[in-house]
Amino acid sequence: MDLATFLVQCLNAVQYGLLLFLVASGLTLIFGIMGVINLAHGSFYMLGAYLAFVLAPWFGQQFLLMLLIGVLLAALFGFVLEWIFFSYLYQREHLQQVLMTYALILVFEEARSLLVGNDVHGVQAPAWLSGSFALGDLMSYPVYRLFASAACIVVAILLYWVVNRTRLGMMIRAGASNRDMVRGLGIDITLLYRIVFAGGVALAALAGMIAAPLSSVYPGMGGSVLIICFVVVVIGGIGSITGALIASLLVGFVDTFGKVFYAEYSGIGVYLLMAIILIWRPEGLMKRGA
Amino acid sequence: MQAASTGSSRSRLSKLLPVAAGLVLAALPWFVSPYQQDLIAKILVYALFALSLELLVGTTGLVSLGHAAFFGIGAYVTVLASPQGAPASIVWLVPLAMLAATAYALFVGALSLRTRGVYFIMVTLAFAQMAYFVFHDTKLGGGTDGIFMYVRPVLGAGGAVWLDLEDKRHFYYLALGALALTYALLALLLRSRFGHALVGIRLNEQRMRAAGFRTYGYKLAAFVIAGAFAGLAGFLVAVKDAAVNPELLSWHESGAVLLMIILGGLGHLRGAFIGAFAFTLLKEFFQSESLLGPLASHWQMTLGFTIIAFVAGLPKGLIGAGQMLRQRRRAPVREAADE
Repeated sequence: MDLATFLVQCLNAVQYGLLLFLVASGLTLIFGIMGVINLAHGSFYMLGAYLAFVLAPWFGQQFLLMLLIGVLLAALFGFVLEWIFFSYLYQREHLQQVLMTYALILVFEEARSLLVGNDVHGVQAPAWLSGSFALGDLMSYPVYRLFASAACIVVAILLYWVVNRTRLGMMIRAGASNRDMVRGLGIDITLLYRIVFAGGVALAALAGMIAAPLSSVYPGMGGSVLIICFVVVVIGGIGSITGALIASLLVGFVDTFGKVFYAEYSGIGVYLLMAIILIWRPEGLMKRGA
Repeated sequence: MQAASTGSSRSRLSKLLPVAAGLVLAALPWFVSPYQQDLIAKILVYALFALSLELLVGTTGLVSLGHAAFFGIGAYVTVLASPQGAPASIVWLVPLAMLAATAYALFVGALSLRTRGVYFIMVTLAFAQMAYFVFHDTKLGGGTDGIFMYVRPVLGAGGAVWLDLEDKRHFYYLALGALALTYALLALLLRSRFGHALVGIRLNEQRMRAAGFRTYGYKLAAFVIAGAFAGLAGFLVAVKDAAVNPELLSWHESGAVLLMIILGGLGHLRGAFIGAFAFTLLKEFFQSESLLGPLASHWQMTLGFTIIAFVAGLPKGLIGAGQMLRQRRRAPVREAADE
């Protein structure tokens, strides 16, 4: 492998890892703060991808505006969903949460097939992002992939700022480390939960929208992302955003280079990584909360 | 006095119930159509699969979302180990399938039991997905289409064949026998010291550890036993369909079997059986075009909403529903007084 190929693969790994981070960060916050195991989180990623598919013809070259509108729609959807469904899950056992969110996936998949159908679709990247530039003599790298990484980095920084520098972020961090204490201090936990959930849905949907031009948009696309994100959360440690970032990038690199070196067994690499982490640190890299 | 006698007769009745159910199931093939016999055979296989998970979830309190891995491994090993030209013998094929499932259960259990709660759910799911990829991506498992079994196995010795699984009725009785045997073994296990220790771990693991139990070993043993029986169910499903595909190991399968034991009622072996029955029939009903018309093609939606309504309304399953009704009928006065 020469240097240019290596660099391209590194860029791919980072880009994949960052996309995973967007989905996993919401997931880890929802676990960490509300204590809800949400199997339907992958469906929000799918929601985003289909939003991009539906919205793209309307917005044309205004891709950034489309992302913004999509994120707002997804957040609104998350807010309402938490209100009418998830808020009833907090008092339930994990087992019942698993089943009810599992049932929710079935409902989402069917709703998707009713609304958009079961075909595989492609989403075109806007013209100003669709070129590619030369890397060395033979290689080239698509502009859109760079844009995807950049967008994820911007969102990650924004997330970092919100969580670490704002009052809302303070409440979120407090909620992740001691839920009952936050409630005891008179913080409106219902609203906090609703905001965190809506934020998680928006992040996952944003990842789906960004990913739509890279991969195709297809039924059941949420499932595989969900399980990889579970791996990320397990490796990173529940409730830790920093852990989720490190774990996402690790998973991105292991997966991408696994595909380069052992194409046939590449699906397994990520899980072996998780096994090793479990032996070394059963509670994840960044243990936090309880 | 009268209450006491009805109580003891009820408990005697409830002990006889599994035997009676077994007898009815044994007689059924003579009264139903081949299609119905196939459906019931499928239910028997899934009941066995659900029973194995019940030991883990209902008894020990370990919620695994990756149980389909052991089911699928048992099924794949059955097909892979069957020679193409001649039928394999059940005598070595069943232990082989169970052994493979057991080995993977030992690996997964040893690692995932280092975690608890939500982590455990996610880790078991992830390891099941790993097994899924092994069969989905490599040549060994034949990709998305899976692989076919050319000749179904037989049981026989010295030229005589006692059980030929190409015959659907033979298969039916093998499945029923395997289910009955597993049920009996698990019932014995639950009455043993080991079974009581598992229940103790579910109720309060801290206290069990304080009482001197090495809970990790007990949980691992439960995990491995559950994996072995899931492998047996996998053997049966492979023989029933004479084919396997990666969907057997998918997390949808793990979710479905988890649903079955909840549907029946956790903490009861018969709950797993009732749940497998109810779930399969429910799915059959929602997919039936003659009964539901155009709604049948949207069965995921109806099934999804049914599950949500069910888990919300009847957290203790169908068995719990019966008890709830009985209690309500017996003590309406006291309930009114409490309120």
